[in-house]
Amino acid sequence: MTACRPAEPEPASKGIALMKYVVLGAGPAGVTAAETLRSVDPNASITLIGGEPEPPYSRMALPYLIYGKIGEDGTQLRQDPGHYDQQRIRYIMGRCGGIDSRSKQLFLSTGETLPYDKLLIATGASPIRPPIPGSNLEGVENCWTLEDARNILKYADKGSPVVLVGAGFIGSIILEALYLRGCKITVVEVAPRMVARMMDETAGGMLGRWCEAKGVQVLTNTRVTGIAKGAEGGARLSVRFSNGLSEPADLAVLAVGVRSNTGFLVGSGVAVNTGIVVDEYLQTTAKDIYAAGDCCEGIDLSTGKPDMLAIQPVAVEHGRIAALNMAGRKHRHRGSLNMNVLDTMGLISSSFGLWQGAQVGETGKLIDEHAFKYMKLEFEGDKLVGAQCVGMTDHVGMLRGLIQTGFHMGEWKDKLLAAPERLREAYVSVSQRAPTTGPTAPHVKTPVVEVSHAGASGH
Amino acid sequence: MLKALVIDAGNCTGCKQCEMACSLENEGEFNAAKSRIRVFDFHTEARFVPYTCTQCDEAWCQQACPVNAITTDSLGVKVVHDNLCVGCKVCTIACPFGTVNYNASTGKVIKCDLCGGKPACADACPTGAITYQDVEQGGFDKMKVWATQSANAATYDGPNVPKGSQASGTGH
Repeated sequence: MTACRPAEPEPASKGIALMKYVVLGAGPAGVTAAETLRSVDPNASITLIGGEPEPPYSRMALPYLIYGKIGEDGTQLRQDPGHYDQQRIRYIMGRCGGIDSRSKQLFLSTGETLPYDKLLIATGASPIRPPIPGSNLEGVENCWTLEDARNILKYADKGSPVVLVGAGFIGSIILEALYLRGCKITVVEVAPRMVARMMDETAGGMLGRWCEAKGVQVLTNTRVTGIAKGAEGGARLSVRFSNGLSEPADLAVLAVGVRSNTGFLVGSGVAVNTGIVVDEYLQTTAKDIYAAGDCCEGIDLSTGKPDMLAIQPVAVEHGRIAALNMAGRKHRHRGSLNMNVLDTMGLISSSFGLWQGAQVGETGKLIDEHAFKYMKLEFEGDKLVGAQCVGMTDHVGMLRGLIQTGFHMGEWKDKLLAAPERLREAYVSVSQRAPTTGPTAPHVKTPVVEVSHAGASGH
Repeated sequence: MLKALVIDAGNCTGCKQCEMACSLENEGEFNAAKSRIRVFDFHTEARFVPYTCTQCDEAWCQQACPVNAITTDSLGVKVVHDNLCVGCKVCTIACPFGTVNYNASTGKVIKCDLCGGKPACADACPTGAITYQDVEQGGFDKMKVWATQSANAATYDGPNVPKGSQASGTGH
């Protein structure tokens, strides 16, 4: 679509001045935003600024690089090397040193000053460096950037002992990559279980047992107290734990969480909480500055409250919605659904929405500890609001569909409480009565058949 | 002219030949679990519903892919490129219809790609429940009309629905 956009209520624009869009950050949010801006404004000047000396790439692809499923080029967000030129998006490298939101310009580490009409901040997040003595030694790495991945490849080979610090979602993805690379792994987690912020005790316990069965040493309720150089002729490092023991390691990977990149905003007029504060149009507290992705606190669909949901689909949603708003096409962000999918050495798990359950709700559970299968559905009233799955992948997206759409499950609620595995059937049954109004309604007028049934519309 | 799978569930007898044809065409084996079209069986209502990807205009799976491995071909079909797919499965949770699935034997995801323009399911369907027709025929809307006749269908009023349209449920 290249239709002219509706006139922007921009008082200062004289004549036909072209809009100058600057997108700071070239992850999924930034790249999606730049492309969206181009699709709705064929003439604007669009500058995309990357913070790393790489073509725009996906952090999510790094684990697959580590175990050799793809090469570095396979990590790129867009494969065609001429893509950005073709889109007339100027892609430059630089770190932002500060923003002057009054004079509307941005200062780069390269010395360049960029004026903007509308600015998008999509600077993402960075890994937290825990204050562990020795964490600056060679062989102690994050797994966040392409450069980190290159270092991991350098330090860890088949058979290398590796200590992974953190068994959260990101840690667990790295765990699989290191396992498939053939490393001998010890994973250390402060929490009482793996993926404590994504799944419950049952699911976390299953993952832990699965890992141990695969030969991974899992230490929960344990901290790393220090990292030292290894003994002469042995492994590069020696990692000490709070249980008093220590392990040799050629590589220690730190994956204890991430934090929004907002340091450069001090004094800019852009308010920051744990992430950049945005309204429902993804605009920051400074005029003409928007934010998207891991660096900001967008609305969580499940709670209606701002939260930092650092996942790829949210970054893309934010990027797209922010860009449309920047271009004057008002799009309210109703919120993003928190969701994750994880492959732990062949055991696939996922969680959606309020997986911890609603404050007042009901829970349907299916547990088969021996088969490593688990499904838990959380209801509020007769709506599904959260879910967790282990060892089940078939049509799993339906969980998102049901939660995000807010279907009344009607008589299916009781059936699902008794037998959560009937989810797919329930989905097809309740979803195939199409809504007659709203965003998913037919775009052409269709005859509506009168139906009368019990569990019809809520109130 | 764009064509689409038109599913008229009212004609489906639940024979599942579409599942077999799909699996054979795309995976080289008769394995319903690897079929990209699935027939749901509501035996208490004596009703069968063939179910597969509707090739969304702006596809959730495509937007969510971190490495651009799902692209739109000249037929408007969302195609997974095996050489680019890393198997991260984000599309499988992002698709709210649940029609992208992970294939553990290849480590990649699979979804309906209309067999490149000659869908095997439609060829195999003996009752005309699955046909491959011009988009203008409005198969999807027909499917919706059929589905409104279902007695256990539900209404929705989730947080994603604009205020104005809530609870407007069944009216005319």
